[in-house]
Amino acid sequence: MGTLLTPAFGTVFWATLSFLMVLFILRKLAWGPILKALADREESISNALLSADRAREEMADLNSDNERLLQEARVSRDQMMKESRDMANKIVSDAKARAKTEASKEVDAARVAIQTERKSAVAELKAEVAKLSIDIAEKLIRDELSDLDKQKTLVDKLISESTLN
Amino acid sequence: MGKGAFIRDYLCVFLHRFFEPPRSMIIRHTKRLAFSALLMGASIIAFAQTDGHDGEEPHEQMSHSTHDAHDTHDAHDEFIAGEYIIHHISDANEIHFFGNVSAPLPMIIYVEGKGFDVFMSSAFSSDGDPHDVHAIKTATGPSTGTVYIKDPETGLRSEGGEAFWDISITKSVFGMLFIFSMLIFMLRAMAKSYSKNPGKAPSGLANVLEPLVLFVRDDIAVPIIGKTKSDKFLPFLLTTFFFIVASNLLGLVPFIGGFNITGTIGVTIVLAFVVFFITTVNGNKHYWGHLFWPPGVPNLVKLLVVPIEVFGMFLKPTVLMIRLTANMSAGHIIILSFVSLVFIFNQNYGGVAGIGMGVFSTLFMIFMYFLELLVAFLQAYVFTLLAAIYFADATQEPHH
Repeated sequence: MGTLLTPAFGTVFWATLSFLMVLFILRKLAWGPILKALADREESISNALLSADRAREEMADLNSDNERLLQEARVSRDQMMKESRDMANKIVSDAKARAKTEASKEVDAARVAIQTERKSAVAELKAEVAKLSIDIAEKLIRDELSDLDKQKTLVDKLISESTLN
Repeated sequence: MGKGAFIRDYLCVFLHRFFEPPRSMIIRHTKRLAFSALLMGASIIAFAQTDGHDGEEPHEQMSHSTHDAHDTHDAHDEFIAGEYIIHHISDANEIHFFGNVSAPLPMIIYVEGKGFDVFMSSAFSSDGDPHDVHAIKTATGPSTGTVYIKDPETGLRSEGGEAFWDISITKSVFGMLFIFSMLIFMLRAMAKSYSKNPGKAPSGLANVLEPLVLFVRDDIAVPIIGKTKSDKFLPFLLTTFFFIVASNLLGLVPFIGGFNITGTIGVTIVLAFVVFFITTVNGNKHYWGHLFWPPGVPNLVKLLVVPIEVFGMFLKPTVLMIRLTANMSAGHIIILSFVSLVFIFNQNYGGVAGIGMGVFSTLFMIFMYFLELLVAFLQAYVFTLLAAIYFADATQEPHH
C-alpha cells in the first residue's frame, strides 16, 4: 500500500522538528553532563588505581627499608651484647685477679704479723720462763740454804757430783 | 481489488495485534458474545487461545452471512490477511486499542490561503457502520469550513479540492513525541543522579541506562570514529540509538495500539537525512577528494567511479532508512501472519483447524516475540553503527 512506502508530510514535519529539538535538548541537558560524569569518574578511578599502585610500591620500599633497619638493628644488638658480655667477663676476671692479689697480700701480712707475734710471744715466754726458773731456783736455793746442815749436805752432794778430777 | 491480492501476498502480521482478532470478527462478537469478557483476558497465551476457541462461532456466522447477501459488505466480512496486517502496521489518525475502543488524535491541517483547522479525529463520521474500516468518512474543519474526506484506500483529500498540508498528530507522531518526552525525562534524571553523587557508582535509573550509554560510546563511537572526534558525534549517536531502541520496544507492548514508529518511513527518512546532513557537513578534504577525484585511479575509470561514489553518498542513508523500516515492519508482519493463519484456517477448514493452528501460532509467536526483542536492539545497533561508520568516513584523516 502506498501509505507504507511514501513518507507522509506530517510525519516528516513532526519527526524533523521533534528530533532536532530533542537532539539539542538532550545534548545540553543530558548527554553533556552524562558523558562528562562518566569521563570524570573513569579518570578518578584510573587515578585512584594509579595512586594505589604507587602506594603499594612505596609500601614495598618501606617494607624493604624496615627489613634492612631491622637487620642492622639485629646486627648492632648482637654486637652490643657481645661487647657487653666481653666487658662483663673482663670486669669479673679483673675483679677476680684483684681479689686474689689482695687476698694473698692480706695473707702475707697476716703471716708476717703472726710470725712477729709468735717471736715476741716466744721471747716473752722465754724471759718469763727464765725469770720463773731463777725465782724457783732462788726459792729452792733459799730453802736449801736455810739451815747449815742442809747447806752442808748440799755442798757435799754438789761436791760429790762434781768430779773434780 | 488488485491491491488486495497484492497485499495478501505479504502474509503479514503485527506482533501486538496478535491479541486482537480482525475488526470485522470482533464486530460480530460484540453482537452475539460477551465481548467484554474476552477483553478481560490478560495473558498473551490465554488470549491467543481464546481467539482460537471463539473462532468456532464466527465461522458459522460467516458462512451464513456470505450466503445471505452478495453485496459489497461481503468483502468486509471475509477475513483478508493482507489488508488486516497492512492496516495495522500503517500509520493512523487514531490509537486503536482493541475492538471498537480507540482514542482519537488531533488533526492539524493547514489549508492554503485559509489557515489552520484543528480538530479531533473522532469528528470523522460516515453514514454507515461507524466502525467499518472500509467506510469513507468525512469531517468539516471547524475554522476554515473545509470538508475533509478520509478514504481508507487513497488517504485524506478535501471535498472542494483545496490544497492543504496535513500535519496531524498521527499514531506514529504521537508515539514519537511520547518516546522523546520519556527520553528527555529519563536521561535528565540520569544526568542529575550523576551530578548528585559524582564519582560514585551509578544507582537506579543511571545504573540501568549506563551500560547502553557506555555501549554506544565504547563499542560504536570510539572504536570507529576515534576518541577525540567521537565527542562531536556522540550526542547524535546516543539520541538515535535510544530513540530507536525505545521505539522498537514500544512497538512490542500489547494493548496500547500497536505503535510502529520505526516502521514508519516518515520517521526513518528524517533519521537518515540527519545522518546524511551530518556526514556532508563534516566531510573533510580527504572525504570529498576521494569522492570526486579518487587518487590512484586512471582517469578513464574515474568517469565510472565518481558517479558511483556520488550515487553511493545518497544511497547509504537511503539504505539505512529502508533497512530500519523494513526490518521493524517485517518482524511484526511475520508474527501476525501467524495470527492471520489462525483465522484463515478457522474460516476455510473449520473451528478445530483454527484451534490447532491457534496452538501452533501461539508457540511460534512466543518465539518470534523473543526474536523481536533481539531485533529491537540489533536494529538500533546497526543503524547507529552504520551512522558512525559514515561519520568516520567523512572525518578520516589521510593515512597513505
